[in-house]
Amino acid sequence: MSKDGVDLRKRRFLTATTAVVGGAGMAAVAIPFVTYMTPSAKARAAGAPVTVDISKLEPGKMMTIEWRKKPVWIVRRTDENLADLKALQDKLADPESVEPQQPVYIEGSERSLKPEYMIMVGLCTHLGCSPTFKPQMGAADMGADWKGGFFCPCHGSKFDLSGRVYAGVPAPTNLIVPPHAYLDNETVTIGIDPEGVAS
Amino acid sequence: MSKFMEWVDARFPATKMWKEHLSEYYAPKNFNFWYFFGSLALLILVLQIVTGIFLTMNYKPDAELAFASVEYIMRDVEWGWLIRYLHSTGASAFFVVVYLHMFRGLMYGSYKKPRELVWIFGMLIYVALMAEAFMGYLLPWGQMSYWGAQVIISLFGTIPFGLGDPIAEWIRGDFVIADATLNRFFAFHVIAVPLILLMLVVAHIIALHEVGSNNPDGVDIKKNKSADGIPKDGIPFHPYYTVKDIVGVIVFLIFFAIVLFFIPDLWGWFLEKDNFVPADPLKTPAHIVPLWYFTPFYAILRAVPPMLNSQFPGVAAMGLAIVFLFLVPWLDRSPVRSIRYRGGIYKFALAVFVVSFLFLGWLGTQPAGGIYLTLSQIFSILYFAFFILMPWFTSIDKTKPVPERVTDK
Repeated sequence: MSKDGVDLRKRRFLTATTAVVGGAGMAAVAIPFVTYMTPSAKARAAGAPVTVDISKLEPGKMMTIEWRKKPVWIVRRTDENLADLKALQDKLADPESVEPQQPVYIEGSERSLKPEYMIMVGLCTHLGCSPTFKPQMGAADMGADWKGGFFCPCHGSKFDLSGRVYAGVPAPTNLIVPPHAYLDNETVTIGIDPEGVAS
Repeated sequence: MSKFMEWVDARFPATKMWKEHLSEYYAPKNFNFWYFFGSLALLILVLQIVTGIFLTMNYKPDAELAFASVEYIMRDVEWGWLIRYLHSTGASAFFVVVYLHMFRGLMYGSYKKPRELVWIFGMLIYVALMAEAFMGYLLPWGQMSYWGAQVIISLFGTIPFGLGDPIAEWIRGDFVIADATLNRFFAFHVIAVPLILLMLVVAHIIALHEVGSNNPDGVDIKKNKSADGIPKDGIPFHPYYTVKDIVGVIVFLIFFAIVLFFIPDLWGWFLEKDNFVPADPLKTPAHIVPLWYFTPFYAILRAVPPMLNSQFPGVAAMGLAIVFLFLVPWLDRSPVRSIRYRGGIYKFALAVFVVSFLFLGWLGTQPAGGIYLTLSQIFSILYFAFFILMPWFTSIDKTKPVPERVTDK
């Protein structure tokens, strides 16, 4: 190719600017494609609160309901369970629930509005498996000093009956307590705060 | 016929390509058993694409319909069971063949100069294959599909600096594994990743044919050419190796057919029992394990304890386990390629590595905790030691003189 009489500086400038404009165009076009994959408006909206009747739940038993496609557990704890919570403090990673894994109105070792009922999202904070309910004291596979709680079959994390994580297991934080409010003594709504504001 | 080919060749390099890649591609004459697995991998790729196309004719990528549509294929579609089992058995066979192919590379130093890019393209194929298998496993929408994907996508959620959750949501397209996730995994599984795989396979073969095949002696056959420029130790790939490979294909198909027709789930190793139960977002199966080809990395993930309230170190270790494989061409300082002319140290190290990999694979299928955890940690350390110590032990290892020509062993 003959380069006689060609302004090479101008040619380099034109090549560079074309490449930059083309590159910017490519980057701009990537935005809709990347954003296309984020949760859709429908997925974002599908978070309606769920109201549950808890009157049939026996002491020491657990029920599972679905909220935002996630399992939510409601455990009815016995007086013995509640007494054990305090005794467990030094085996737990975050006994006082310092990490923000619960609404601000949930605190203490009981982590509940009504001590008798523990409500939490039943997904391990490690890699999202749903742990198994192990209510028996000293369950054979959990060791003689087991006070009841949850065991994750995927990676061996352990939680107590308040969803507080044991120290030295893969899960880094306590189970999440969803926003919830009691409508009366027999019904609770998951997904709203006690002031009735959907969150 | 020749007139026709002349017409074509003036317009498209058909004869030229045939010669370059088959009839005049000179491969070393001393290929052994270990050299079957490259062409077998290609065969399985074709099998997976063909059976995959037929499966999509009846599969429904919808969280409400997916599980039932797979059962429909198995029970009501004519020969549907065969196409489905060909695809599921093919997936595991793909990894068997690829792992043996990679081991061959490690054994004969096939990654060493000038074949670094052949190795890199091969590793990229391996990574693409893992993505393909992982996304394919979600499609039947069984319990293992669902919870396996939940765990693997949660791995991305552990990325620090607040990036984890947005990335995991971006991958899922929802706040949990849902219809959106299934639908996009279907798109990736049937078109995006297969296209990438095909392009990588072409690049792998072009790079290989540019530099020429290695062989069990690690001898460079291009150094010894006859007067007409053909390597003295080379034979044309076609017909010599095409015919040899057909024998390999027949033997492979015997084993493949035994699994396919008599034990398509291979006692839970190729198709897990829990995956015959529809996905239930509220209940995790008691023992969730990935399919066998991922378990070595899964064991490494579980071996690393959480640090600073984060599981990310385990995830990073799992990623590093694969990254190190990419670096092998530069970690190996030995002057010889083949294990035949290496000293005892490399042979010992490679044996330790293979044993560690196999043990990690088994440990990944066992429950978490206790003695299994301790063993996982020991074998993870040995796995990484192979790579980290490689520059050292390959440079002090005593090597034997490499012959001028390939041997008949």
